Amino acid sequence: MEKIIFYILALVIIIFAIASVSSKKMLRSVIYLLFVLIGISGIYFLIDYNFLAAIQLTVYAGGVIVLLIFSVMLVHHIEMELELAKVSRRILVGLVSITGLGVFLTTIYSHEFAVVENTITTTTEDIGFGLLSYDVGGFILPFELISVLLLAAMIGAIIIAKGTKLTNKKNDTV
Amino acid sequence: MDVTYTILIPLIPLAVFLLLGIFSQKIKPAVSGIIGVAGLSTSAILSFYTAYQYFFVHGKVDGVYQAIVQKTTWMNFSDTLKIDMGVLIDPISIMMLIVVSIVSLMVHIYSIGYMKGDDGFTRFFSYLSLFSFSMFGLVLATNLFQIYIFWELVGVSSFLLIGYYYTKPSAVSAAKKAFIVTRFADLGFLIGILIMGYYTGTFDFETLNTVNHETGELALNWASNSFMGLSVITWALILMFMGGAGKSAMFPLHIWLPDAMEGPTPVSALIHAATMVVAGVYLVARLFPMFYFVEGGFALNIVAYVGGFSSLFAAIIAITQTDIKRVLAFSTMSQIGYMMMSLGVSGYDGHEGVGYMASMFHLFTHAMFKALLFLAAGSVIHAVHSNYLKDMGGLRKYMPITNITFLIAALAIAGVFPLSGFWSKDEILVAAFEHNMLLYIVGVFVAGLTAFYMFRLYFGIFWGKETKYEHAPHESPISMTFPLMVLALITVVGGLIHFSEYVSADKAGFEAHLNIPLALVATAVGLTGIILAFVFYKKENNLADKFSNAFGVFYKWTYDKFYIDEIYLFVTKKIIFNLIAAPIAWFDKKYVDGTMEGIGNKTVVISDKIKGMQSGKVQDYAFSFIAGVVVLAMVFIYLWTN
Amino acid sequence: MIAGISIYEVLTVTSILFFIGVYGFITRKNLISILMSIELILNASVINFVIINKYLYPDVLQGVFFSIFIIAVAAAETALAIAIIINLYRQIASVEVKDTEIMKY
Repeated sequence: MEKIIFYILALVIIIFAIASVSSKKMLRSVIYLLFVLIGISGIYFLIDYNFLAAIQLTVYAGGVIVLLIFSVMLVHHIEMELELAKVSRRILVGLVSITGLGVFLTTIYSHEFAVVENTITTTTEDIGFGLLSYDVGGFILPFELISVLLLAAMIGAIIIAKGTKLTNKKNDTV
Repeated sequence: MDVTYTILIPLIPLAVFLLLGIFSQKIKPAVSGIIGVAGLSTSAILSFYTAYQYFFVHGKVDGVYQAIVQKTTWMNFSDTLKIDMGVLIDPISIMMLIVVSIVSLMVHIYSIGYMKGDDGFTRFFSYLSLFSFSMFGLVLATNLFQIYIFWELVGVSSFLLIGYYYTKPSAVSAAKKAFIVTRFADLGFLIGILIMGYYTGTFDFETLNTVNHETGELALNWASNSFMGLSVITWALILMFMGGAGKSAMFPLHIWLPDAMEGPTPVSALIHAATMVVAGVYLVARLFPMFYFVEGGFALNIVAYVGGFSSLFAAIIAITQTDIKRVLAFSTMSQIGYMMMSLGVSGYDGHEGVGYMASMFHLFTHAMFKALLFLAAGSVIHAVHSNYLKDMGGLRKYMPITNITFLIAALAIAGVFPLSGFWSKDEILVAAFEHNMLLYIVGVFVAGLTAFYMFRLYFGIFWGKETKYEHAPHESPISMTFPLMVLALITVVGGLIHFSEYVSADKAGFEAHLNIPLALVATAVGLTGIILAFVFYKKENNLADKFSNAFGVFYKWTYDKFYIDEIYLFVTKKIIFNLIAAPIAWFDKKYVDGTMEGIGNKTVVISDKIKGMQSGKVQDYAFSFIAGVVVLAMVFIYLWTN
Repeated sequence: MIAGISIYEVLTVTSILFFIGVYGFITRKNLISILMSIELILNASVINFVIINKYLYPDVLQGVFFSIFIIAVAAAETALAIAIIINLYRQIASVEVKDTEIMKY
């Protein structure tokens, strides 16, 4: 049963990914990306990483996609058709990608993975303990650093995006 | 006898040249004049000291004056073939040292007065010192290559000095002409040197000139190849004589000498009267045993006839010239022709070698009175501000010292007893009489012509018409008249030197006697010339014009110097430039330049194509990145399995 | 671990996704499209981490934690990239790649 679900999800992911990178319309490209991300979170559900799946849906499908849609609306006419690259370039890049893919797959398939059969379900509690513990093997330091990074990103985004108009207005009022 | 100190004789003027040349902006003219004179006086004193040591203290060894050589190897080609640098002291080199140092010193002192107020005063003295260095080096050379090196240096100094007034186009082209003509002659010289070195295996003068006393022939053996009927050594000697002929202004390489009068008069006195132009004579004298013995003196014959012809040619032209310096230039050419002729008819042993001795003696005396004539002419030019006879006349009232000294020199060159010119010219005529009658007659005729044109000049300047001058000319300052007086003194007493005891072909010395009949013939001819000039020119009259009209077109040919210059111009411009130089230039421009520029252009094209790699497109960079990673992964994981 | 699916198949899927992202990154002519291709690449690597964690090392959770961090960083990066693109759009009124090629020879 799970096998079939996995195959469907894999198909969804790949087809919508290809559609996303080769679509001529901008908004459709973003929507296809949304489906890819939902498919990926489906895989996470399949392997019992519920927390991660939820994060994927919230952050990616909810945050990033919305951000992308708003920026697309800001800079494009919705009906505008994107131009694609020259055929020769596409073929060349395609060839290189397929070669790279071949290298990856050959390496993967020639390796013996020591798979451990299990059916452990990871709960949020486990993730929380691991992420925020002070003991050896705890990830509290990266966690704090990530929060600092997110803070910096927020401030940076505000500075970059606000432009010069706001500065002048601020000077006038003072 | 240790002669290492003689290396100072050329080196002191070289040091002066470097000093004045490098610091020319910082040294005041008066100081540079003193430095130049001081340097050359030291060289002169050293020359006299060397002469004294050599002739009187060291003296003859085995009845012969030995050649003393001090040299070091500069470049080694094989065991015998090497180029040395060093000093060679023998009678003629010492004589030349004395001649060059006296004349150069007098010219230096004279130049202090003559060049006063000129902008390039220091430059002039530095060039004079350079020339002195080169000439001393030439005279002291031990081998053919060393003499060639200094030969070229002398040519360069001459170029610099003739072109001293570099803003005058005529001076610049005269300097170029002198350099190019002598350089062309030096081509023959160089080929001759190379042939000589190849076939005899040595460049060294000592080795080349060694005479085997038993057989009476040259001790040196050489590969007896012959080329077109003459031995290769003869060809080598003829080619070397070509170089000497160029430097000594023999026909047909004489065209540079009249034009070289564009330089300042002290330069003409030093270089083109007394020292550089006798370099050719010196070369033949240096190699005299080879010239005499090789193939029965074939090359020596050529020397004699070229010399004789040149002296006649020049004397004829000198009669008609109106620029006083050009008259003196042709006179120089004529007298050097005398010297070459005298060398050419000379024998070797004892009294047979009177031609050699006379040539060297005439070189000595001629240097003195010709320098005197030029310096006096310079004094006149300085006073009158013109070179031409038509602007002069009646100067005897204004310039007494110049008048007397010029007269003494003119009498000397005409061969009047008892001045030095009489003795040396007489010996030349004796040598010619004993060996070659034709050349003797030519020599006598030229003696008459010499007296005539020289006194034409003298009367034309100091007597003749009474010219009205805007500024009354005055006698030159003491710095200019002092050398005139010194040289006049030497001219008067020079004849009393028993030259034949010191300088002779076999270096053994002999006693020369005065040949009374020939002396009377020579004096008579000289006096005839003087009297003719007296009649024509002492008082203002038109006898001279009637005579020149009687000669008609022949006069015009003579006045235009027989169109030799025009022939040269025609050959070079029409034939060499158009037929040889132009195609070669075209080839050079098209193919040689084309190749070099083509390489440059190809580089630009290639770089144009390569610069596309820096396209500014991030995606291209990313593509290269990915492709590179894929390739490397393939290579390292699968292909390079070790 | 998913019953019946070997690790090889999952890794195949992620590799394909990764190279689709690469293809899109190099081929697309719009700045925002390039951004989306970057998201694909990042997501492929996240799946990789998680799968390896689940199949090979089930008793530790490093893969999950790392995935959380990757997701956070990717989101922040996307936000900043959008800010830059908007700023650039204000200057040159275009989000085409061909208008940003000034730094070249």
